[in-house]
Formats: sequence, structure tokens, C-alpha cells
Amino acid sequence: MIHWLYLHLRAIAHALRRLAAQPLSTLLSALVVGIALSLPGGGYLLLDNVSSLARGVSGAPEISLFLDMDAGPEDRAAIEQRLKATPDLGSYRFVARDEALRQLEASGLGDVLGGLSANPLPDAFVLSLREEDPELFERMAEQMAAWPKVAHVQLDSAWVKRLHALLGLGRSAVLMLAGLLGFALVIVTFNTIRLQILTQRQEIAVSRLLGATDPFIRRPFYWFGGLQGALGGLVALGTVSLGVRALSAPVTALAETYGAVFVLSGPDWRAALAIVAFAALLGWLGAAISVRRHLAGA
Amino acid sequence: MIVFEGVAKRYAGGYTALAGISFEVRHGELVVLSGHSGAGKSTLLKLIPVIERPSAGRVLINGQDVSHLPRTAIPYLRRNLGLVLQESRLLFDRSVFDNVMLPLVITGHPPGDAARRVGAALERVGLDGRGKEMPAGLSGGEQQRVAIARAIVNRPSILIADEPTAHLDPAYAADIAELFRSFNQAGVTVLISTHDASLFSASRPRRLVLAKGQLVEDSRPTGRPAMEAA
Repeated sequence: MIHWLYLHLRAIAHALRRLAAQPLSTLLSALVVGIALSLPGGGYLLLDNVSSLARGVSGAPEISLFLDMDAGPEDRAAIEQRLKATPDLGSYRFVARDEALRQLEASGLGDVLGGLSANPLPDAFVLSLREEDPELFERMAEQMAAWPKVAHVQLDSAWVKRLHALLGLGRSAVLMLAGLLGFALVIVTFNTIRLQILTQRQEIAVSRLLGATDPFIRRPFYWFGGLQGALGGLVALGTVSLGVRALSAPVTALAETYGAVFVLSGPDWRAALAIVAFAALLGWLGAAISVRRHLAGA
Repeated sequence: MIVFEGVAKRYAGGYTALAGISFEVRHGELVVLSGHSGAGKSTLLKLIPVIERPSAGRVLINGQDVSHLPRTAIPYLRRNLGLVLQESRLLFDRSVFDNVMLPLVITGHPPGDAARRVGAALERVGLDGRGKEMPAGLSGGEQQRVAIARAIVNRPSILIADEPTAHLDPAYAADIAELFRSFNQAGVTVLISTHDASLFSASRPRRLVLAKGQLVEDSRPTGRPAMEAA
């Protein structure tokens, strides 16, 4: 075990020496890998942020029950009676049309209604159910749409569902991008290791004559690929973190204009570790394929 | 210790480098393999560390048939042999010390013990205190000495050298020949190919002569063998 560890430590030292011996080449490779990985890394982070936002607003899906414009107090009372008799109803609150107008003005969209002589907004009930079952919501909405003096029923969870669908689509796109750029990383490492094998052909031949086994010869190349990938991962991490830092203030300011509080968060330590480990793994894979392909002829 | 039994080596295209070679080298012998260029000396030596495999016959090292040795077992065979080739085949981006250290790194020797062994090997070949120098700064003879130090650092029981004096001035060549004689006197079995067998005549070696891939002479020294004479 100690011998095995010693051989790996020696291979790591060998790989580090090789990386340090060609600083420009190492830097360029790390930049290529890093920039390539920062795209899916940044995309994943963006989706993660939007997912958090969606989770926050979709915590209590609601049904908005808009009444006819000519609905009077008796009609409202009748609807309230029906609501009280609905078994699955969790809670409800009445939003008078004047209150709705005030809320709209507070959100900064009051100017839209500025040119109108009268308040166009109807009275409404905002309901929540005991269970967050999407099918129950849709069934309830259908039933309530048939009640007298109900003009329109809106499921407030519908946009969240759309957002989730879009997030799913985004995740698939990020995965595809990560796959494609990961493949590019493997190719970059494959080629770097091929050149390394060519430049170390003499050393490989001599080592073989002196009794070096194949694993002994391969090990430094694996570590070289892995370390180069990890360096690229660190560059990707730095790029994404800088991007988050640069975008954080404008995004927060934009959210505030909609009356929302939203802070763009950077990668946590798990995400950071995942990016570096993923890059190192791809580098190792590229090295393994290259070594398998080129070392037999060295 | 080293046994060749009816060994032949034919290359693709029909060229026969060796044909029907049989001989046995005993422990502690000093054997000089001579013959003209193309006689098959290098090919014969390459069969021992399995750089080449015979087309027919068997090669046995310490009783083990290495002719069909699995590829994964070859490194372990080579670790027990000291190899010195025509060109020094040193790594010119590494110091003398690191070149000699390489076999010990491969076998995973502890660094402290390995450093002591490298120092001793360099001292043995007359390069004591020159470990930090780079091979490019050494003469041809000194480079060959480094290659010899690298070959003996693992303390092999068999030392194989293919034309180790080929590109050296006569004075350097005589020094190298003397080194091999001293290793043999220390009990190492030495098998050397050379154009100039006279370099080793003072050691009274056993002489194998090849011509056109065949063993045409196997002359043992008269009187006491080299090892006993020490």
C-alpha cells in the first residue's frame, strides 16, 4: 500500500513538473478547458437560482376568483357561503377592486391604468387549498368557473408549472452543452497527452528497458490529464464566480423594480467541488484514452 | 544461468538474423560475443531481456523460459538484468544522479536507500561527486559510464552490454572494458558484444564468435577462469 502510494505521489510530482515546465501551454490549456466549462457551469448556476426563486413563489399555489363587474354585496356573500361549504378549501381572502388597484399602483404598473376614467379591476377572492395537488386545483377551478357571478378563474400555479417546464428544458440544454463541451475537453486532453507521449518517447523507451511496467509509465499521464482538467475546472469556477459578482447588483436592481427581492447566488462549496471534480474526471478520461491509443507505439 | 537452445530469429521479409544458436553461460562467467557487423550479436543479446523474441528455440534465464514470457512479466525480468546498450540512451533533461536513480524509482526503492545506492554506483564507475551534472556536459566515455552505473545500481546478477565501447576512443574503451572485468570479478555474470575482442583479452574471457547468424566459435579460456583468477 505504501509502495502504491509512493508511486502515485511520484507520478503526481512528475506530472506537476511537466505542467510547470511549460507554463504558457499549461495556462492556455487551462483557459480553453475553463472557458468551455464555464458555459454549462454558469447555465447550471442560473437555472439553480431560478429554481430557488420558483420554489419560493410556488410554496402556496393559489386560485384567483374574479367576479363580474356588476356583482353586488349579495353576490359576494353568496359566493363566500359556497366557499365556506367547500371541503378542500384551506383559506380565502376577499380583495376588493379598490384594494387591487392600490396594489397594482404600488407595484409600479399603475401608469398602465392612468388613462382610464374608472377602475377596471373586479372584486376577487384569493383561495388556497388544503392540499397542493395540481389536479385538485384544476378540478376546483372548473367547478368555481360555473358559479353565478364568477367572471374568470385563474390558477396562479399555472405560470409556475410553465416555469418548471422551462427549467426542465433549460436543464436538458445545459446537460447537452456540458456533454458537448465535456467531449471537447476530452479531445483537448487527448491531444495534449499525445504530444506529451511524443516528447517523452525516449524516456518511455528507456524506462521500459529498465523494467518499468505499463501502469508505471501510464500513471504520470493520467495525473497530468487529471491535474490539467482540475486547473481548467478552477478557471471555470473563477469565471462563473466573477460572472455572478458582476451580474449580482444589476439582477437585484431589476428584481426590485418588480417589487421582488432576489439575490443571485454563486456556487457553494459542493457546486465548486463538483465543477473541479468533473473537469478532473474528464481530463483523466482524455488522458486514459490517449495513453491507450498512443503508448503502445511509443 | 543463460541457456540458448536451438535459437533462431527470422524477421518479416525472410531475413534470418540467427540460426540454430545453442550455448550455455554459467554463473560468474565473462563472455565476449564478437563478430562482424550484421553477424547477429545485437539480436542475440536482445533475446535475453525479451526486447526481441526468438522465432524458434528457447532462451532460459535462471531456468525460466523467457521466449514466451507474458508481456506483463517482462518488466520484472528486466529488473534483474543490467543492460548497457551501444548508445548510452541517457535522459538528457535529467541530471546524472537522476539517470542512475531511474531503475530504483521504477522498482520503488525508498528514496534514502536509493540515493546511497546511486552514490555507490557512481563511485564504482569513477564519477563520484558528479551526480548533479547534466549528461550533455560529459564526454562519450563518461556518458557510457553513467549508463553502466544505471545498469548496476539495481545490483543485477547478469550484466548485458551491446557494443559498450563502439563509439569511444581507445583509452576510454579500455577503461570501460576494465570496469566490466571488475564487475565480473565481483561475481556478476557478464555478456558483452564487441567488435574488438582484444579489449577484453587480458580478462581471459570465454569467446563466442558469430558469423552470418551462426555460432562459429565457442572458446573457453585455458587455465583458470576470470573469476577464479581474481
